[in-house]
Amino acid sequence: MKILVPVKRVVDYNVKIRVKADGSGVDLANVKMSMNPFDEIAIEEAVRLKEAGIATEVIAVSCGVAACQETLRTALAIGADRAILVETDADLQPLAVAKLLQALCAKEAPQLVICGKQAIDDDANQTGQMLAALQNWPQATFASKVVIAGGKATVTREIDGGLETLEMNLPAVVSTDLRLNEPRYATLPNIMKAKKKPLDTVKPADLGVDVAPRLTTLKVAEPAKRSAGIRVADVAELVNKLKNEAKVI
Amino acid sequence: MTILVIAEHDHQSLKAATLNTVTAASKIGGNIHILVAGSNCGGAAQQAASLQGVSSVKVADAAHYQNQTAENLTALVIAQAGNYSHILAPATTFGKNLLPRVAALLDVAQISEITGVESADTFIRPIYAGNALATVQSADKIKVITVRSTAFDAAMSGGSAAVEAIAAANDTNQTTLTNRELTKSERPELGAAKIIVSGGRGLGSGENYHKLLEPLADKLGAALGASRAAVDAGFVPNDYQVGQTGKIVAPQLYIAVGISGAIQHLAGMKESKFIVAINKDPDAPIFQVADYGLVGDLFELVPQLESAVG
Repeated sequence: MKILVPVKRVVDYNVKIRVKADGSGVDLANVKMSMNPFDEIAIEEAVRLKEAGIATEVIAVSCGVAACQETLRTALAIGADRAILVETDADLQPLAVAKLLQALCAKEAPQLVICGKQAIDDDANQTGQMLAALQNWPQATFASKVVIAGGKATVTREIDGGLETLEMNLPAVVSTDLRLNEPRYATLPNIMKAKKKPLDTVKPADLGVDVAPRLTTLKVAEPAKRSAGIRVADVAELVNKLKNEAKVI
Repeated sequence: MTILVIAEHDHQSLKAATLNTVTAASKIGGNIHILVAGSNCGGAAQQAASLQGVSSVKVADAAHYQNQTAENLTALVIAQAGNYSHILAPATTFGKNLLPRVAALLDVAQISEITGVESADTFIRPIYAGNALATVQSADKIKVITVRSTAFDAAMSGGSAAVEAIAAANDTNQTTLTNRELTKSERPELGAAKIIVSGGRGLGSGENYHKLLEPLADKLGAALGASRAAVDAGFVPNDYQVGQTGKIVAPQLYIAVGISGAIQHLAGMKESKFIVAINKDPDAPIFQVADYGLVGDLFELVPQLESAVG
């Protein structure tokens, strides 16, 4: 069984982003970039399935600029077998990425796609569900446990107010939530080995996909700053403020 | 222009976020229809019909809508979509699971978690964990949108829309629900609570979390929340999580206990009316957003607070 794992290069989660003064977007110059944390969990899960003898091959895919190769090398160092970069400088929106992945699914015929539930830059939370729809596959989003056996996926999902478990036939799309696993650190020997693993590059046009954006960003602004309040000396002062000033208790 | 709001409900009644979604629809303007797809869902449909601003409630009542799977609901929404200019759902795990599937089959973009409506085709949505607000314009024929419930008031009741039964779509049989465990709690729902008591890694253990925060929450009638760090450390289940990757909340009062205030946590609670931070580190970033900051040992201060509010 092949598993396809899409990974996105995003601003590192520790970076405090800055909005450009002209309101055209977020300043990405000289900012540390990393793999989207949810995608790291997705790669880890796929590699564990391979180590358990369930998957035969883990293919990491990234869509975007040439520098996404670094993200793919990270995926290879975690344990993916090979990588595909769909290289483009275009602004890729989730629907376009889902179509690119659909084209790759047609080529690679994976039985399972594991993706992060959302990217921490655009916070869209769409691509996995869109891919499942385009493929007419079942989906299990926000997974905290994945069991693959007998051609079926049994997935525990994080939903508002609790958990639910869905069973579905493969092929399927699973999107990862935080508690699915804790991704390993890539060791130096594995980082070295990853450099020798195959990484193919294709263009959206090779896949016959129109990636033109559907949404136009008119403006990006900083949210209203919340100003810091005051320090209270003790619990008595706090309760007094809450009762008489804020009037919330 | 007619807008379809997809109701999130438990068959008997609507989930609170559906009411906020109706208000977002009313800001777009035009007729508002609500789709209630469920099994024996007359209760939810009646409540939908009573909301102000709603002109029609479409009810698809069938056994295969019992579990609200994305595959089955998508087939139904797609069958109705041609009649609508906009399709909205709350940006809860329900709406986030469903609407991208709908959008992809309509070959349109989805606009996620809007917090503002500029016009019928232009919306405001947070990106980068709410550290930037993007104004986006859609050129698609049908706008498919999820709505961040904390950004819109709840729609009021007092309306009387017509309720119309519509045909269910075929059962796709693509997924089977084998188990659902909802956290049982006497406390209010995190998304709808007026007061939230939230704990972070500073509490040290799940045992401390429950021992210290539950009595305080009980006295205040508050919901319990947690930072991602507390969830990762296994203190509490993930559905307690407030933040970019958890729930977005905006209560009247948010009490952050032992939470340092990572960017991704602030993204989930900084719209709260009043924020209280209790932390031993005077330089913790949480104090930069707190209205009232109390520096000190939470193991002493929280029990003191609990007895003082009683």
